[in-house]
Amino acid sequence: MKNIDSYTHVRGESVYLDDIPVVNSTLYAAVFDSPVAHGKIKLLDTLGALAIPGVVRIFTVKDIPGENQIGGIIPDEELLAGTHVHFCGMPVALVVAVSEEVARAAVKKIKVEIEPLPVITDPREAKEKGELIIPPRTFQLGDTTNAWNQCEYIFEGRTETNGQEHLYIETQGAYAVPQENGAIRIYSSTQGPTAVQRTAARVLALPMNQVEVDTTRLGGGFGGKEDQATTWGVMCALASYHLKKPVKYSLHRMEDMRMTGKRHPYSSDFKIGLNKELKIIAYEATFYQNAGAAADLSPAVMERTLFHCTNSYFVPNVKATAYSCRTHLPPNTAFRGFGGPQGMFVIEAAIAKAAEELKIPASEIQQRNLLKSGDEFPYGQKAESEANECWNKTNELYNIKKLQKETGDFNAANKLYKKGMALMPICFGISFTKTLMNQARSLVHVYTDGSVGVSTGAVEMGQGVNTKMRQVAAKVFSIDPSRVKINTTNTYRIANTSPTAASAAADLNGKATAIACNHILQRLKQVAADELKVPVDVIEIKNELVYADGKKMDWDWKKLVMATYVKRISLSELAHYTPPGIHYDLTKEKGHPFAYHVYGTAIITVTIDCLRGIYVVDAVKAVHDFGSSMNTMIDMGQCEGGIVQGIGWMTMEELLYNREGKLMTNALSTYKVPDIYSVPQEIIIHPLETGKDNLAIFRSKAVGEPPLMYGIGAYFALRNAIKAFNPSADILYDAPMTAEKVLMALYADRAKKITV
Amino acid sequence: MIRFILNEKEIATDLPPGMVLLDFIRYHQHLMGTKIGCREGDCGACTVLVGEMLNGELRYESMTCCLVPLGNAQGKHIVTIEGINFSDTLNPVQQAMADAGATQCGFCTPGFVVSLAGFCLSEAAPTQQDAIAAVDGNICRCTGYKSIERAAGKVAEMMKEKNGEDVTTFVAKKKILPEYFATIKEKLQSLVNAGLTTNDSRLTTHLIGGGTDLYVQKHDEMTNADIRFVFDEPAMNRIVKENNKCFIGASATVSDLMNSSIINEAFPDFHRYAKLVSSTPIRNMATIAGNFINASPIGDLTIFFLALDAQLNLTPNPSPPRGEGSNAVSGREIPLRSLYKGYKQLDKSPDEIIEKIWFELPGKNSLFNFEKVSKRTNLDIASVNSAISITMKGSEIAMAGVSAGGVGPVPMYLQKTSDFLKGKKINEETTNGAIEVMKTEISPISDARGTKEYKTLLLGQLIKAHFMVFGLGQS
Repeated sequence: MKNIDSYTHVRGESVYLDDIPVVNSTLYAAVFDSPVAHGKIKLLDTLGALAIPGVVRIFTVKDIPGENQIGGIIPDEELLAGTHVHFCGMPVALVVAVSEEVARAAVKKIKVEIEPLPVITDPREAKEKGELIIPPRTFQLGDTTNAWNQCEYIFEGRTETNGQEHLYIETQGAYAVPQENGAIRIYSSTQGPTAVQRTAARVLALPMNQVEVDTTRLGGGFGGKEDQATTWGVMCALASYHLKKPVKYSLHRMEDMRMTGKRHPYSSDFKIGLNKELKIIAYEATFYQNAGAAADLSPAVMERTLFHCTNSYFVPNVKATAYSCRTHLPPNTAFRGFGGPQGMFVIEAAIAKAAEELKIPASEIQQRNLLKSGDEFPYGQKAESEANECWNKTNELYNIKKLQKETGDFNAANKLYKKGMALMPICFGISFTKTLMNQARSLVHVYTDGSVGVSTGAVEMGQGVNTKMRQVAAKVFSIDPSRVKINTTNTYRIANTSPTAASAAADLNGKATAIACNHILQRLKQVAADELKVPVDVIEIKNELVYADGKKMDWDWKKLVMATYVKRISLSELAHYTPPGIHYDLTKEKGHPFAYHVYGTAIITVTIDCLRGIYVVDAVKAVHDFGSSMNTMIDMGQCEGGIVQGIGWMTMEELLYNREGKLMTNALSTYKVPDIYSVPQEIIIHPLETGKDNLAIFRSKAVGEPPLMYGIGAYFALRNAIKAFNPSADILYDAPMTAEKVLMALYADRAKKITV
Repeated sequence: MIRFILNEKEIATDLPPGMVLLDFIRYHQHLMGTKIGCREGDCGACTVLVGEMLNGELRYESMTCCLVPLGNAQGKHIVTIEGINFSDTLNPVQQAMADAGATQCGFCTPGFVVSLAGFCLSEAAPTQQDAIAAVDGNICRCTGYKSIERAAGKVAEMMKEKNGEDVTTFVAKKKILPEYFATIKEKLQSLVNAGLTTNDSRLTTHLIGGGTDLYVQKHDEMTNADIRFVFDEPAMNRIVKENNKCFIGASATVSDLMNSSIINEAFPDFHRYAKLVSSTPIRNMATIAGNFINASPIGDLTIFFLALDAQLNLTPNPSPPRGEGSNAVSGREIPLRSLYKGYKQLDKSPDEIIEKIWFELPGKNSLFNFEKVSKRTNLDIASVNSAISITMKGSEIAMAGVSAGGVGPVPMYLQKTSDFLKGKKINEETTNGAIEVMKTEISPISDARGTKEYKTLLLGQLIKAHFMVFGLGQS
């Protein structure tokens, strides 16, 4: 089934935040943000700005009626800077004016004097200085200390992975409209309507029931609007609260890029030990997460790094420690994969290092150490693994040895073009690692004409969750999907929602929807049974027709719905779902945090033009564990999009902050995401067919995040291609592998001699 | 008063001609299908089609309307996504996108659909490759593009049925575009006949060509600026050949160069070079003089024409009336390479404008090449770019011009390197020698486009690439 939004999408009729028709008297906001990464505010002069005709008011920290606090996990982040600024781009004042142009012109007239304080941008430096967001955490399995002497080979190294700008094409924004009796409605481009509601209530000292947050859809989120959409929603609410007028703020791209956090950069150390048979006996890793200036979601991201530190491999002795380091960058935040990719990169680097030293393909080590069902993860959960199945199917389809030989043959025959290939197995846990967040509700109404309205906590952002919700309701009721409408995500209809994140929205909200529909269905069947004078368990509804004992009755869906209504039986249901069996003990760092895992294996091949140092990704060929996909088109789309986003992170997307903590790649002209010419020439995704049971909705495994991690293979494929040209190149494990790094590595010896 | 046709509707507006068309479309006409992604022409979410009468023909080009001043819409047909919608059905482009699953969050989608509709209206070959080229300025963050490629293939398949049929008839018959398109030509002609002028005074503070740089750098101050619009001045658009000289009007766009038979004959690989320069919609707007005057050390066209030792004709603004078809020099003439005095400093007074440029067309013993490397191969600003133009006498280099961008405060003509090459044969020794000389005359800095060490190494590689394109290393 096609995405239900595709009709309005291709006609430009889908409504995003900036498309909502504005109410008369709407005012426009713009933020004045700190030009300095760390310092003490000595003076904030808004007089010049206030003098501009059309400026209505300028809000500062003094105007906050409740708490000046937007921190979700830890209360450590101010909405507007009070006495100090902690990152370049930190909001200091909010200008409200009669138009966007006036608001932005006024922002330019605001003057601030800031006494600079030392700026930290490096997470290791932050750790040395004791600047930690939370105490470090360590995951342990077996005993690494005593395992090293069982190892034939031991390798150590250091890795860096840079951050990643989300670059949702729709920038952040919000629109607050005052309602009667002091209530506020906030239209927000957010993945977490409840976070916006909760935070607005906290800042404005209102009860949550006074704050309605409504979200139709997002023009992309990727994690960037999980927590960081809150700021703008609350800003608009604050102005609207004081002015009793609607207030809108749709960020310009450069405002968005400099004021919001990104994927966390990590610096990490590893030590890996293998026995003669290439079994990984021991693995130690230390992760230094660059959290930025406030916690945001960093503790949870850090946790997932630890959960995925051994990727798709079984390692009997593991010790992994992570530090969430406070620096003066914008608070880094959720991004598809949520710390998982950063953890996986490190063990892949460790394996690559071992393979390079042992002069064997990395796949020899990877394959020998894949998880088997029953193997224990470092956090105590036992794997129900598809890792070997995916790998073996990949080999069956594409013949890894043959591809390796072809790559070698090509490289022997070509001087200036070199190919590289890498395998990238993945294993990604599905569930919020914060166990309590694994809950969802769905409100289903069947109307007397037979149409159905579904409201859940899930936010549509391109991942097709609305389409999947429609499929769930249509399937449970056995009615035509066109009868089902999915409503906006609204905190008045569905309360206390978890954000649409962790790839889990379709599972959690889908299961809640299925439960709600089943309850209504049961009542409908009872009505049919009563009317037809048969036991309820022989009643069935198939394709909108009522069957008793398999025999078609003279009743259809519409007639049954109306009869139920006439009998004064409820056609509505609010259902609640939480996945069974998940738990986690933070004191032991053991438990069963995930409902299930998603597996897969990809082969990535690249070609480098060794003259110019530029490259193309030839192909990504993957076998992916979908469980049993409920929507092939949507799930394949998630795979292709995730792979390309992962490759972008590993290749051309390069965030650069200078030493003063200022973002240098602050526009689309300097921060490059993949365009249509830079994507793999071929992406083939083969679904792994298994009939195994799992906790996913209709056994259709979550698909949002896992495919992104196939992209990591692009880094290692490029590395291998460089080595084919310049075997002595000493290449740092430092992603992304930009054209610059490629060329410098290709000519590593010569580059040293250059003096300009 | 600015008059144009927006979709089916005739527009006459007194709004400031310096405001961008995007804001007019979204906030004055409330057509919300045209999206805002970056406001600097780098994402394509605001792509519209711009139809214009040229020699009695109605031609459409895609443009990102975040960079199009309202004044440049004068007398044209502007088509937004709403203008290609049928009331109750999807057109085949939209259907192909929907069927291929080529839309996820949907925010970039109208831009892709409009670009593909532009492909249907263009003279491009009905191949998947050319259909993909039409969306080279559209960024999608969700799909990974493979589904969009499949949709583009479908659209190209459909266009194969055209078989020389008139475009307007074909797109109406296939229900690619609504019927009102058939009436546009006549309506535009009457607008043109009305003799529209956007600005009466030529004593203006700003000169706007395509707007692709000014609206990125100075968006806010342009809205109410006093502007002279030169993009559509016919005398400034021409590309003509006289004897062995090629004259190019200052407002000629990159696309104009790509469409010029003079340029393509002189530089058979011109399309390959031009594909490395921004994207289709930007190439449709970006002018040659704009690239020169922007003075970016990395301007692609500047580097191209520096190697050719192009000459600039500067005229006073306001300028005297220009004779039709005349290439007579007025004002003064300077070599492009002497235009740059320092970082963004020009040998040009604010009262002077570039009227046209000229260069000697390469002869049959000439060799030319252009190279560019950037973080992303397409739609990106170069880390380093370089061009070379040489004339051979037998097996020796008689004349050489080498230029390089990104290796100094200005786009550089590498004088010493060029001098060094004279009298040399094309071989490895010459190449290596040239690279060593090059290093003595460049001064790259480290920035977002690379470290100085990288840029130095890269320029050497590009010089090597020049000679390899000329046959070095091949037996």
